[in-house]
Amino acid sequence: MPVIKVEGLSKVFGKNTKQALKLLEAGKTKEEILKQTGSTVGVNRASFEVEAGEIFVIMGLSGSGKSTLVRLLNRLIDPTEGHVYVDNEDLAIMNKKDLLRVRRTKMSMVFQKFALFPFRSILENAEYGLEVQGIAKEERSKKARTSLEMVGLGNYIDQYPSQLSGGMQQRVGLARALANDPEVLLMDEAFSALDPLIRKEMQDELLDLQETMKKTIIFITHDLDEALRIGDKIALMKDGSIVQVGSPEEILMNPANDYVEKFVEDVDRSKVLTAYNIMKRPETVNIEKHGPRVALERMQKEGISSIYVTDSKRNLKGYVTADDASIALRSDVTSLLAIMKTDAPTVTKDTLMNAIFEISHNSPVPIPVVEDGKLLGIIVRGAVISALAGQGEVNLTHA
Amino acid sequence: MLNFMENIEKLPLGSWVSDFTDWISDSFAFLFDPIKNQFGDGLEDFADMLAAVPPVIVILIVAVLAFFLSGKRFGLAAFSIVGLLLVWNQGLWEELMLSFSLVLVASLLSVIIGVPIGILMSKSKTAESIITPVLDFMQTMPAFVYLIPAVAFFSIGMVPGIFASLIFATPPTVRFTNLGIRQVSEELVEAAEAFGSTGAQKLFKVELPMAKTTIMAGINQTVMLALSMVVIASMIGAPGLGREVLSALQRADVGTGFVAGLGIVILAIIIDRFTQSFSLKKGTSI
Repeated sequence: MPVIKVEGLSKVFGKNTKQALKLLEAGKTKEEILKQTGSTVGVNRASFEVEAGEIFVIMGLSGSGKSTLVRLLNRLIDPTEGHVYVDNEDLAIMNKKDLLRVRRTKMSMVFQKFALFPFRSILENAEYGLEVQGIAKEERSKKARTSLEMVGLGNYIDQYPSQLSGGMQQRVGLARALANDPEVLLMDEAFSALDPLIRKEMQDELLDLQETMKKTIIFITHDLDEALRIGDKIALMKDGSIVQVGSPEEILMNPANDYVEKFVEDVDRSKVLTAYNIMKRPETVNIEKHGPRVALERMQKEGISSIYVTDSKRNLKGYVTADDASIALRSDVTSLLAIMKTDAPTVTKDTLMNAIFEISHNSPVPIPVVEDGKLLGIIVRGAVISALAGQGEVNLTHA
Repeated sequence: MLNFMENIEKLPLGSWVSDFTDWISDSFAFLFDPIKNQFGDGLEDFADMLAAVPPVIVILIVAVLAFFLSGKRFGLAAFSIVGLLLVWNQGLWEELMLSFSLVLVASLLSVIIGVPIGILMSKSKTAESIITPVLDFMQTMPAFVYLIPAVAFFSIGMVPGIFASLIFATPPTVRFTNLGIRQVSEELVEAAEAFGSTGAQKLFKVELPMAKTTIMAGINQTVMLALSMVVIASMIGAPGLGREVLSALQRADVGTGFVAGLGIVILAIIIDRFTQSFSLKKGTSI
């Protein structure tokens, strides 16, 4: 069951919101509506669901409405139309008291420029969310300390934000958000203000933390690499609309339209695609049933120069080449065992493309993809190159 | 043709204002009289009490406070000691204490009235658009003009002095409070809201602390204006150093006038540095 369910959520800034909504229904673009009504469309009928424990990335360029969308989720901005269900409660029509409760206990937010309170110590900053709930000093200080320790700032509790570096400040922002143990974490360009090295470090740390805490995270970013790195699912936004929602692979390999395609054009695919995405169904022979004759026949039929050998349970045994098979045939060798080679380097299905590229360069045969000894598929050298070039067929349905 | 104004009668603006002032002073006499009497008595008692403290003790307290407020430096403390001793030596101690109590009470009232109005302005565009021109009016009208209704409402003495000073000196506190709160970065306000702060929690835990430096700058201005008004208010019988200046002016007595004026300068500098140090304290922020 999804933790967050967004249905037809729209935000129009300006006076003629009703007219603008009508025009939106009629399929007019953002520019046309601005011209006709003077109102700006922030978010255009967004709908999506976020499952518990998922990192859901909302990505788009500046002005695409992603920051507005995240603020509609905790109603820092009031929606013009639509629904935001958090645990089946509709925030969009909620009264003030309930909204306070949801903000205090269910959702926390991490901000782009950290938004720490400069006159409060690190500990007092982390305590803020608990303080406004009226939790006793001792308890809130204990919880705040725990969450500061989680982000590695246990020794800095008496410092002030201005004394910390950017990366550390954002850790405080994260600790503050985690202190009241929310179900949902809203992260608005949380790492965008950090320099690239620190940003990567923070991404890793978020993923590490996520392993244990299993929060539902909505992460806003304009950086596709970041989205692909941390997202379980990615929603791409343009002009206030969500143009595609999918797993990182889906977005990358099957861009829904030109806009998405343009967006993903520059991505370094070798750091994203894995063996699983480019492997093919292998031609095999069974060591228990087949001999060199079958092997050679199959190779000739498929037009390949080597074939993998497995047992009945698809455990990988080795490979034979066409040359060896024809020599064996002439000299009446009947077992594949005698001519089988076992020197092929293997990869797992999660091996990244850039690693495969190295291996395929030195391997005379297609690379077998193996899991628990079983042969899942093979990667031919051509597939590596064409996938890097952004063409070719790619598997997306996970087994 | 060009002299069409000759054909238009002069608007009785002045008499309207007079009538209005008379009406107020009559209708609200029930309010003004107790203020004039009780508040006035209290004020005099307070001033007398201050004046009754031996000067040596006052000077010592001021010097110690100056030392700590200026971050354990001796400059302000030394200046305070020398300046106050000089005033005492010139026989103006009582006048100094009277002026100081007037400034203190007028400023406190200005802050008590001004800060909430400033908060209201920062929260409501309507309030801001109504109050801003009123503040402009209050600050640009020559200060002397306030003395006239002040006398009408409270006759002469300390109370009308404080009344006139309130009108003249409150605007900076209001303006700076409004400005300070509006300048709090939007992300910080969002952070406060996102964690489920109520309006009051947002105001007291985030906005006011963030705006503190700016508000203190406004209060500093208010105190300085109150001090200048205290001198002007001597024209309607407010006691203190201002009265000395005024009588020296009437007698064209340069020496006495200068000495009393110097007393005001010394008082102004000490008060200014004190209020400034409040605003600069805890400077770790920002």
